[in-house]
Amino acid sequence: MITAGTHDSLLDEITGPTPGQMLRKRVFGHQGLLIGAVVLIILTIIAILAPWIAPHDPYAQSLMTRMEPPVFMGGTWEHPLGTDHLGRDYLSRLIYGARISLLIGAVAALISGVIGTAMGIAAGYFGGKVDAVVTFLINVRLAMPVVLVALAVVAILGGSLQVVIMVLGLLLWDRFAVVMRASTMQVRRREYVAAAQVIGASTPRILLSEIMPNIANNLIVVVTLEMAHAILLEAALSFLGLGVQPPTPSWGLMVSEGKNMMLFEPWLVLIPGAVLFVLVLAINLMGDGLRDVTAPENRS
Amino acid sequence: MLQFILKRLGLALLVAFTVSFISFSLLFLSGDPAAALAGETASGEDIEALRRLYGFDRPMLVQYGEWLFSALQGDFGESYYFRLPVASLIADRLSVTMTLGVCGIIFALLTAVPLGVIAAIRPNSIIDRVALFISVAGQAMPSFWFGLILIVVFAIQLGWLPPSGTETWRHFILPTIVLGYYAMPAIMRLTRAGMLDVLNSDYIRTARAKGANETRVLFRHALRNAIIPVVSLAAVQMGFMLGGSIVVESIFALHGAGYLAWESIARNDLPTVQALILIFSMFYIVFTFLADVLNAWLDPRMRSS
Repeated sequence: MITAGTHDSLLDEITGPTPGQMLRKRVFGHQGLLIGAVVLIILTIIAILAPWIAPHDPYAQSLMTRMEPPVFMGGTWEHPLGTDHLGRDYLSRLIYGARISLLIGAVAALISGVIGTAMGIAAGYFGGKVDAVVTFLINVRLAMPVVLVALAVVAILGGSLQVVIMVLGLLLWDRFAVVMRASTMQVRRREYVAAAQVIGASTPRILLSEIMPNIANNLIVVVTLEMAHAILLEAALSFLGLGVQPPTPSWGLMVSEGKNMMLFEPWLVLIPGAVLFVLVLAINLMGDGLRDVTAPENRS
Repeated sequence: MLQFILKRLGLALLVAFTVSFISFSLLFLSGDPAAALAGETASGEDIEALRRLYGFDRPMLVQYGEWLFSALQGDFGESYYFRLPVASLIADRLSVTMTLGVCGIIFALLTAVPLGVIAAIRPNSIIDRVALFISVAGQAMPSFWFGLILIVVFAIQLGWLPPSGTETWRHFILPTIVLGYYAMPAIMRLTRAGMLDVLNSDYIRTARAKGANETRVLFRHALRNAIIPVVSLAAVQMGFMLGGSIVVESIFALHGAGYLAWESIARNDLPTVQALILIFSMFYIVFTFLADVLNAWLDPRMRSS
């Protein structure tokens, strides 16, 4: 008897898996990609739901309950991860800190992505003088010491969230430009680009509907890596006191505030740093995994 | 070859010139450096006096021209905070940063290259996996946090090494590890990829076929070719590391140029900050230039591009 199921499997044998099925198989077969994506999704949900799941107000100070230890070091469940030097609940600050990190990472990567991708595609597609100018700008940008310039600019303009995001967004476009330039150079030699040119498609149309879709996989990889980069840099700036300002719950700032009591209460430094490490690791694993599963040599 | 060097040199100079302009104009972002310098409580008269004292009342391009002209002669003006010539201030601090940078890159090469080579000889072995883990973790590790953990473990708990300062060579061990670990992942990945590539090439098969022993094949034939891009990457990383040493120097209280940069930024010491941004950029430009030349010298195919 032929059921729907056997019919499907017969069809499979004739046609083989579709590209979409093959991609799904590769994605779910890639451990790093899966772990990274799951951790990132969980942390994003926590960040979005922060007001509902945080046990306390992250800004509420309580001088009676300062520096209480986490529950696994003899603390109480009232403050599962203890309290900081101002008696603020550490878990709540950590949860709200996820918002800061993810927001800065995402928006900074978006800004630098738009700048770098535009420059890279222009350089790769038009070549010649445009390419020379873009390559020169990339060299100039790479020569500027990122941490130093970011610190100096934040010090001048003030350490608000907007300023930190803008500074990082305007500084981190170099890898977008480098990768998009190289990918565009490869793609523009393909027949379908020549075909589009021959039938008289306009340049913006070729860039958007022929070039962009074929370099999008590389773009996604760079987006993840630069997001991780921006999150680490924000934490470093805040740690040095010239990033996001107190009392904002930034993880880098929490490490910096805990540093003075590191001798007696090492968990004040360990916990926010560990969470930061896990978030950046997850994003990097996802980026590396995306590169693996979308690389053309893995498509067969 | 000479033509290649001259072309690269011209490009490097142009980049240096552009960077100098950007690093100068960056500090005028706030619109009025005199007001920023005077602080929030200063009166209008105070600000006006400062503006005239430091010459902020002149057009920015004139100020830039003057600054660049003196900078070319090694004069970066006087520090607002220390009341000393910026050039001698930085010269005093650079030795610490350079020592740290050189130690860091040596540490990175000594750990990353052997790991990369072993990982390539035995792909998917335990060592390959460990090497992969070290490099993935290294890219996600916040260096300030890593430094603090090393201080807690090795300086405080175990008491083996001093937590901060620059007095002896032992003070440099922990900072070297933190800074070197930053450069390690990229070097290791490149060594591994390069070795894998070379080991699959025809001339390695030929070398093996004619009966050369394995050590000779690995070191004389394979590593010699795989190491070329690593050398230039190391030079570029060195430039990055010097600029990134600001974080490490602040954690370990190493009074080098990075620490000076951090202090000067916090104190609104404009001439010092401008000079430091320019000097760190120059290091990067010089190192990448050397890497390009070295590459072209080792591999003639590079000269045409």
